[in-house]
Amino acid sequence: MSEPIISIRNLKKIYHVGDVDVNALRGVDLDIERGEFMCIVGHSGSGKSTLFNILGGLTPPTSGTVTINGKDLRGMTEAERTNLRKTEIGFIFQKYNLLPTLTASDNISIARSIAGRGENADPQFAEILKLLGISHRLNHKPRALSGGEQQRVAIARALVNHPSILLADEPTGNLDTENSNIVLGLMRDLNERLGQTIVMITHNPEAAAYGHSITHMRDGSIVG
Amino acid sequence: MVNKLVVENLKHRPIRTFLTVAAIGLQVTMILTLVGLSDGTIEDSARRTRGVGADILVRPPASSAIGLSTAPIPQKMLEVLQRQPHVGLVTGTVEHATGGLFERVTGVDFDAFNRMSGGLKFLDGGLPQADNEIVVDDYYARQHKLHVGDTYSLINTSWKVSGVFEAGKGSRVFMRLNVLQDKIANPGRLSVIYVKADDAKNIPAVLAELKALLPDNPIFTLEEFLSQISASSIGLLKSFTNVVIGLSIVFGFLVVFLSMYTAVLERTREIGILKALGASPAYIVGILMRETIFLGLIGSLFGILLTYGTRFVIMSFPASLTQKIVPDWWPISTGIALVGAMLGALYPGLKAARQDAIEALTYE
Repeated sequence: MSEPIISIRNLKKIYHVGDVDVNALRGVDLDIERGEFMCIVGHSGSGKSTLFNILGGLTPPTSGTVTINGKDLRGMTEAERTNLRKTEIGFIFQKYNLLPTLTASDNISIARSIAGRGENADPQFAEILKLLGISHRLNHKPRALSGGEQQRVAIARALVNHPSILLADEPTGNLDTENSNIVLGLMRDLNERLGQTIVMITHNPEAAAYGHSITHMRDGSIVG
Repeated sequence: MVNKLVVENLKHRPIRTFLTVAAIGLQVTMILTLVGLSDGTIEDSARRTRGVGADILVRPPASSAIGLSTAPIPQKMLEVLQRQPHVGLVTGTVEHATGGLFERVTGVDFDAFNRMSGGLKFLDGGLPQADNEIVVDDYYARQHKLHVGDTYSLINTSWKVSGVFEAGKGSRVFMRLNVLQDKIANPGRLSVIYVKADDAKNIPAVLAELKALLPDNPIFTLEEFLSQISASSIGLLKSFTNVVIGLSIVFGFLVVFLSMYTAVLERTREIGILKALGASPAYIVGILMRETIFLGLIGSLFGILLTYGTRFVIMSFPASLTQKIVPDWWPISTGIALVGAMLGALYPGLKAARQDAIEALTYE
């Protein structure tokens, strides 16, 4: 069996809130294989968002090791974590998080610009756009797009630099059932057709059912 | 792509963009107007002094090159000077401030003055035919809306305008010498004596003679006098200009600081998005700096154009001021505006760069 693309060992994260220490993660161990579509399920406060932020290089762990595609997050500087986000991770957020002043097309292009890849996407990306079904909506600004369309643009933006891992935080949290099913179906397609590794955080068991595997979290620990 | 983001950001908040551009524009106009005003007024004054046609000027004792003096030189001195070797023409004038900034009326012996200057070129009317008449140049006439035949009040007296002449011969308003001397209760006295040598090559000799004859009077060749008035004025104005430049930088700093600080607060979430996409702090500061430079350049262009407006207003204002358009100062004032603006954008830029991505992404 090949090396896991994400390997987490005894991961702990403590937040200092005033004089109180909050143990958000209490020693998490987890392996995620390349090409896997894993869903991490848990209620609010279970630590799944903290795990998402650490995997995305948005915050450093307090202790433990996290290896992403062979790169150890432990001791990474802010600049190194920034670089990790540019090259290895694609984010999908619950609130889409598109830049409101730019068109859908420019929202995708800016991710390439930040990664220093130039603004013209490659042919493989054209296929992704086709799969996402937003080619005809690229010249619209986010306010002119439906929630489902905005989320599909966000997926396109997350994939434009061909990241090793697609991290999705409640990607259907703001969508109705129909659009949720479309977005989740697309994510499964991307995983099956392109072998894209996906880690999805959700509290919704129906959404989690789209993944290959489900990991449950409670009180900062993995419970199954 | 970054430029597109910058432009879209500015378009997204048109009122804030307009106000920032307008404020930077005012800052640039302030500098250009001040410099244009000082340069224009000095140059105009020099041009008109040159128009008198004299080679040498004799000023009253203890007087400076600039500024109006009283009239302490005895008029009979004209005869003394006229008798000196190589002196061609001599004429004296009396000058009196009329209240407005740089506004004065000059009393002249029109015959002698015209011989030296080549004569006033009248656009309308002619020389005063009576003691209650004055002549004004076209610039003064335009500013004060005067025409031949109009009455005009100066030194608490009503005067009739007998002629409008082409500007460029000493003063903007002339009346008969003895009339002004009587009016200011200083008969037989002069403010300045203008001397013309019989030949240009004799100017140094005449200058030496006059200095020997009148050791207490400041005596200048025309070129010395012109360099003195510009040097004195620039020396005086330079400090003032520096103060305005300093204030402009502070003004630009505050305006852009406020604008960018608000922009950073407003765009907290967007900054978080960029960070999540892998934007480095330098990338984010770069966006704000480009935005600032863009605002600075557009604001400067606006300010330069606005200078034509201030010139129109100042030239219409009856104050005998001349504003010159100073293209040499366009890059300087733009540079000053950019320095102020970039200093103002620095702190908001650093604040944006240091923003925590997670907090920014959850910002509502």
